[in-house]
Amino acid sequence: MKTTISILIVDDEESVRDSLYNWFIEDGYEVDCAANAKEALAKIESEKFDIILADIKMPGMDGLEMHRRIKAFDSSAIIIVMTAFASVETAVQALKDGAFDYITKPFDPDDLTHLIRNAARQISLRNENETLKNKLVTLENIEDIVGNSDGMIRVLKEVENVAPAHSSVIITGESGTGKELIARAIHSNSPRKFFPLVTVHCGALSEDLLESELFGHEKGAFTGAMFNRKGRFEMADGGTVFLDEIATISMKMQIELLRVLESKMFTRVGGNKEIKSDFRIICATNKDLKRMVADGSFREDLYYRLNVVNINIPPLRDRKEDIPMLVTYFIKKYCTSMSRDLITIDQAALRRLEEYHFPGNVRELENMIERAIVVGNGKEIRLKDLPIETDVVTDSNDSLNELEKKYIQKTLEKYDWNISRSAKALQIDRVTLYNKIKKHQLSSPRK
Amino acid sequence: MEKKGITLVVQGRFEKTFLDQMARDIETAFGWPVSVVPLTHDILPFFDAARKQYDANRLLQLVHAEYAAESLKTIGLFQVDLFIPILTYIFGQAQYNGSTGIASVYRLRNEQYGMAGNERLLYERFRKVVIHELGHAFGLIHCHVPICVMRPGTYVEDIDQKKHFFCNKCYAELEASLKAIQGS
Repeated sequence: MKTTISILIVDDEESVRDSLYNWFIEDGYEVDCAANAKEALAKIESEKFDIILADIKMPGMDGLEMHRRIKAFDSSAIIIVMTAFASVETAVQALKDGAFDYITKPFDPDDLTHLIRNAARQISLRNENETLKNKLVTLENIEDIVGNSDGMIRVLKEVENVAPAHSSVIITGESGTGKELIARAIHSNSPRKFFPLVTVHCGALSEDLLESELFGHEKGAFTGAMFNRKGRFEMADGGTVFLDEIATISMKMQIELLRVLESKMFTRVGGNKEIKSDFRIICATNKDLKRMVADGSFREDLYYRLNVVNINIPPLRDRKEDIPMLVTYFIKKYCTSMSRDLITIDQAALRRLEEYHFPGNVRELENMIERAIVVGNGKEIRLKDLPIETDVVTDSNDSLNELEKKYIQKTLEKYDWNISRSAKALQIDRVTLYNKIKKHQLSSPRK
Repeated sequence: MEKKGITLVVQGRFEKTFLDQMARDIETAFGWPVSVVPLTHDILPFFDAARKQYDANRLLQLVHAEYAAESLKTIGLFQVDLFIPILTYIFGQAQYNGSTGIASVYRLRNEQYGMAGNERLLYERFRKVVIHELGHAFGLIHCHVPICVMRPGTYVEDIDQKKHFFCNKCYAELEASLKAIQGS
């Protein structure tokens, strides 16, 4: 990374260029000079300068015009204009055009030193800000999406590929798989990351409310519309709109949405002024949109408009190898937020989680861990802390004998191999339970 | 032709003891013999009537053209007020990594600021300015160590804050520069 600040001096007077050149060289800056605006623009096109010190009165293109052209080319350039003919009008014009400062020749040496020092400080703050922003985004991506399974690696690869583009994306997956997290990851790895990510939960809003939410409304558009309000599309200008539960929107809204996606223009509810907004759209659904298109409940043209890229997140039951990592992640998350010491999970409880089919996916697992930390003993998560109903039968192809063995084992684990309590839960007497333990060759892990 | 050390080219009236002391201190600072010669040229053509100051760029050119050829480094010591086109005044200036510099005692006098004259303080300030400018001629840039002589100063108070010697880093760079000159 470049550490020395570079300065370009633009002045038609050689003595001024030389004086400034010597002054800045002695301060350790990288310095270059140009005798007129044309030469300066050519240098700026081929090389990046941190600070440009430009005279206003020059033959040919004047400093103000040159300043406008530089700003159009590189909006981050710090330009200080200087002139021998002080006039409030030119100073105001230069500052309006985005000049960093304005100085009248000849300068007091101290003023010049302070001016450059302030500009250098601004550059250093800007660089620091950029680095911190990048760091934040990276942290968000690394920490929030947890998973090492082939399925999740494929999803993350797709996120990586699609993020830099501007294409629409549909994220599909069962409820609770983390579709919004994937949308955030796409946004925060895209060139739009410094602009807003605006989320709309379409399923939670009625048709009228959704229209007002997306497009905004003018004062008096409907009862209760006391003030003008910006819509989500307008708020997302430069960024991304995430429409969750897209399958729930009405046919009328589908037509409106298609029109906006095609023109990127819309009007607020009750207004007639066309508003332009540049946003990327990411949708999510747990429904089969293709089937909805086939049965006529979702517009085909909108479907193809949205479905440029499709990312499907596998359900948790298809990536059980991610469960231990997710459990560790949620334990850390909730212990930290509850200001508790980190706890562990015992093997029986973890095994039970790995066997469970998680209809509510990662969200269900997260809730389970949170609850277990709250109700648990503060040292480890035990089987009895998990609110999983015995469901060995649900997805099983086991024989009756196998099912009985598993059911008894789980009950014993749940009650820490307390025979009386386990027998009571199984609604059999203790002798029968002993016999069953013997028959199935079950043994307590503590022995 | 072998260069013969550092030359102080003196314009105007300086006390002999002042110049002798300056020569000794410069020799101590840079380790090269120092000689003192008077500036025999008329500097009136370099006076800017509008600014009532002398053009430092042109004085630097004069010293360089007329006195620098036989010396390793040459510095003109002036009594007059100096300016460069872009700045309202300067205490001195030098060719960065070059052979010539100039310095003026004019704005270092307490009397310029409504205070009682102090010859000892004036000498201290001028010694720092001369060493600072010669430092630039030896290739040193400004330093942010508060006491280092290469710290930039735009007011006399800034000059009073620093010492007349180099910080460790600047000294190491000066030594490297001096070694390179001796080796060449």
